[in-house]
Amino acid sequence: MTSTHGDRTDPPAGGASGYLDTASAEPLHPAARAAFTAALDRGYADARRLHRTARDARLLLDNARAVVAECLGVRPDEVGFTSSGSDAVHRGLLGLVAARSGAGRSGIVHSAVEHSSVLHAVGWRDSPAHAVVPVDSLGRVAPEAVAEAARADGVAAVALQAANQEVGTVQPVDRLDLPADVPLFLDAAASLGRLPLPGGWSALAASARKWGGPAGIGVLAVRRGTRWTNPFPGDDGLDQLGGNANVPAALAAAAALQAVLGERDEVAARQRALTERIRAAAAALPDTEVVGDPDERLPHLVTFSCLYVAGDELVAALDRRGFGVASGSACTASTLEPSHVLAAMGALTHGNVRVSLRRDSDATEVDAFCAALVDAVTEIRAGAGIGP
Amino acid sequence: MTDDTLEIDCRDLPCPRPVIELARALPSVPVGGTLAVLARDPAARYDVPAWCRMRGQEYVGEELTDDGVPRYVVRRVS
Repeated sequence: MTSTHGDRTDPPAGGASGYLDTASAEPLHPAARAAFTAALDRGYADARRLHRTARDARLLLDNARAVVAECLGVRPDEVGFTSSGSDAVHRGLLGLVAARSGAGRSGIVHSAVEHSSVLHAVGWRDSPAHAVVPVDSLGRVAPEAVAEAARADGVAAVALQAANQEVGTVQPVDRLDLPADVPLFLDAAASLGRLPLPGGWSALAASARKWGGPAGIGVLAVRRGTRWTNPFPGDDGLDQLGGNANVPAALAAAAALQAVLGERDEVAARQRALTERIRAAAAALPDTEVVGDPDERLPHLVTFSCLYVAGDELVAALDRRGFGVASGSACTASTLEPSHVLAAMGALTHGNVRVSLRRDSDATEVDAFCAALVDAVTEIRAGAGIGP
Repeated sequence: MTDDTLEIDCRDLPCPRPVIELARALPSVPVGGTLAVLARDPAARYDVPAWCRMRGQEYVGEELTDDGVPRYVVRRVS
């Protein structure tokens, strides 16, 4: 049981209990650990060589691709492994642009709340045809506005997330009606393994550590018939993105994804009920607003902002009580700028906390978190001379 | 408008102090009156309007002082 009073530092009992930042990185899934350990002794060789050990590595890598492809509903040769989710985003999105820049199309249409890796890819090359589509107060784009922006001259691709990484709002990807010659790049990092994938995408990026795979593995999928060119040095094709694949990590990522998808609906239903408790506890705090869509959202994630509270103080106060959470407040960011997601939504940016549950988070842990939250916010506000 | 506006200078205060000082100063302004908070804190651009929405006050807009400091104007409506 976690201490919820004062500055006690008792760690919560059991494993990763108290760690509520899975939207950054999920603890390694047991299936990933088993696959990784087994593959370390078999997957070290260069899969391009022709000897027996290399064939062993090739077998493991092909197996990982086949498993991920099946999980995504695509063919194995439509899937490649990258060195991170951000790397998959950069290669996927910029590769769609690279294949069209000869035709004078270099613009990327994207929502105002895309992940920073998408924004960095957009900012890598200036284009007069880049366009940002605003979101409403729930953090959602209007599909008509995206389609209209995509019809402008010089647009090479549309980048849209399946769900938002900070506030959990699901985007209306299935309702996009894009021009036939403008491909959709889908950032599925926040939602893969948690919600069914939307359709209609030409390229997709995801990050293994968000679903319980190891860090340092991303997935890039490019559908057959999509014009895509490697935007960085190296061969075209998805087999050797950025050099030799980390075969044990790729296999572990695939094993975790397969396991997570097998349990997805059961885990999501449990997490949805538990996050409802946190939403209710946060909403009951004075001058606190829960951010993001209450229904059409990721099942494991809750974000809220508390007036008059510094985000870094709140994160530290929760950490002292045994709970690890993220924050979009400026004081918690390396840039000292507030979250562009919260800003685009018109949400309060200070006193912000993002809670994201583990697969094994339970009611006891969640209720202890809610008590710690009330305690921490009350303490910080009292310290600032502001009542509860 | 500027003449009767109560101005609070939070230009060197970090987030969320400008919003805290804004909330503290509100009772000293009559209903219908305006107050302005000076803040360089980049979060104030989003958090002053958000405070107005959450606390039922009216956000009038952002100006710049002569020496280039953002000045966020609020009207007390309750």
